[in-house]
Amino acid sequence: MMRLWLPGTILMLWALGALLGPSLVGDPNHIELQRILASPGPAGWLGFDDLGRPVWQRLVVGAQTSFMVSATVVAVTAVVGSLIGATSGFIGGWVDHVLVRIIDIFLAFPGILLAIALAGVLGPGISNVVIALSVVGWVGFARLARGQVLSLKHREHVQAALALGVRRSRIIIRHLLPLIVAPLIVEGTFAVAGAVIAEAGLSFLGLGVQPPAASWGSMIRDGTRYMLMAPHLVLAPGIALMVVVLGVNLLGDRLRDWLDVRSRP
Amino acid sequence: MPVFILSRLFSAALVLVGVSCLVFLLIHLVPGDPVEVMLGEAAQPADREALRHALGLDQGLLTQLLHYFNALLHLDLGTSLQSKRPITELLAERIPATAELAGAALVVAVLIAVPLGVIAAVRKDSPWDYGAMTVSMLGVSIPNFWLGPILILVFSVWLGWLPVSGREQGDSIILPAITLGTALAAVLSRMVRSSLLEVLHEDYIRTARAKGLAEGAVIWRHGLRNAMLPVVTVLGLQLGVLLGGAVVTEMVFSWPGLGELTIESIQRRDYPVVQACVLLISTSYVVVNTLTDVVYGWLDPRVRLGDRS
Repeated sequence: MMRLWLPGTILMLWALGALLGPSLVGDPNHIELQRILASPGPAGWLGFDDLGRPVWQRLVVGAQTSFMVSATVVAVTAVVGSLIGATSGFIGGWVDHVLVRIIDIFLAFPGILLAIALAGVLGPGISNVVIALSVVGWVGFARLARGQVLSLKHREHVQAALALGVRRSRIIIRHLLPLIVAPLIVEGTFAVAGAVIAEAGLSFLGLGVQPPAASWGSMIRDGTRYMLMAPHLVLAPGIALMVVVLGVNLLGDRLRDWLDVRSRP
Repeated sequence: MPVFILSRLFSAALVLVGVSCLVFLLIHLVPGDPVEVMLGEAAQPADREALRHALGLDQGLLTQLLHYFNALLHLDLGTSLQSKRPITELLAERIPATAELAGAALVVAVLIAVPLGVIAAVRKDSPWDYGAMTVSMLGVSIPNFWLGPILILVFSVWLGWLPVSGREQGDSIILPAITLGTALAAVLSRMVRSSLLEVLHEDYIRTARAKGLAEGAVIWRHGLRNAMLPVVTVLGLQLGVLLGGAVVTEMVFSWPGLGELTIESIQRRDYPVVQACVLLISTSYVVVNTLTDVVYGWLDPRVRLGDRS
């Protein structure tokens, strides 16, 4: 189907925009009162928002917010979740029983609900969004890593390492994790898409970044109030969000076929 | 069979106890003094002590937990700090709206997903297949808090066909249901496609064709009916995504359900109500999934006898 260049280009632009963009474009909080709700035009190619701030600049800063949050969340949850899951699957016994119960409990919270509740209780702010999404996000990796390790731990090379007296932590890191990296990468890709949407969702609900900082989610929320006069306020961040999520999902699909990971649990 | 049901019920009960514990701990995650956060800094010390006592926060953690479970068993969820009404009453008012929305979204999802998945499977590797799967990929990637406003803009504001928000009119549910159902439709259509593709290779499909059945009857009666079994299991799991998404969708459309109550209560720092909402939504999810499992095990012996790891 779609080749790798399309998702690759989208993600590259997203990352570049997030890392370099804010220093290249002008001040996202610069107010021009005479341009309030101005449509896209020569002065600002994506127009201006309800406070007269340039939408393009805010979009670039929003890219940074979503990139930083999703990269941090996925990095933390992938490492912590995989280590917990792999260790639990390898050790087995009561440790594993307890972990399976804990995973079941976390999976009993529907979708984004636990993150909303956590972010709501911890208070608004970008670091609390990262905490809330990390608390929710590690479970997917743990479940996947545990399942994979269970199917691998009776392989000869693991048994040989055990017989040689290699430490268990070393077996997990050197002999098991490298074998399960492919499905974890695929899971991680979809996790990025999930984190991008979740961050924007929390910011849309007012639980994420606080004004005047910009997030695509908060831009959509602020824009809905002026949808009749200035639809570009909702369209621009929404399209950016959708294109990035689409790019990440396409990449995940592509990687899944390429790395031959049969199905996601 | 009874062993299977009992073991499912037992693990569901364990999960519910765990869920309740996590929900109980939520209020202890409030940074600083939860009572001060809830009442504001200007509150009288006497009021603070009264609330602290009412919430049981002046006792040890274990005592609090025991009181909490005791109250839960008596279906007592406490009182809302804002409206001073019993929380069970507040929830009871909101449940029908959320149930209605989730049900309607499910119908929308199935109505979109089944034709899309069938077309993609029957015409595998054709432009139809690519088209259907591209639509599905777009559906997964559109966040509902963006799709909702766009639908309002097009169908309510520009075309004037449907109400913008609320639940007063009969057709108010259409846009929220489409908003909430789209992502599920996207996931389901992929499931229908892959499941039907597998079934279409079976011998009984060849037999059905060999005895001269029309292709439509082969696909719909013989193929789809069997292909739907795994899809229905996934549907149970996807209910969680639906309920989570309902929270956001309800906010977009001011739909007076549990999700809107959750967010409003977060904004008003009415944490006991937040806890109750999260607990209720999660519990209903666990209950539905357990029921699906049990019914499924009853219908299909492979499920209850198979390896459940």
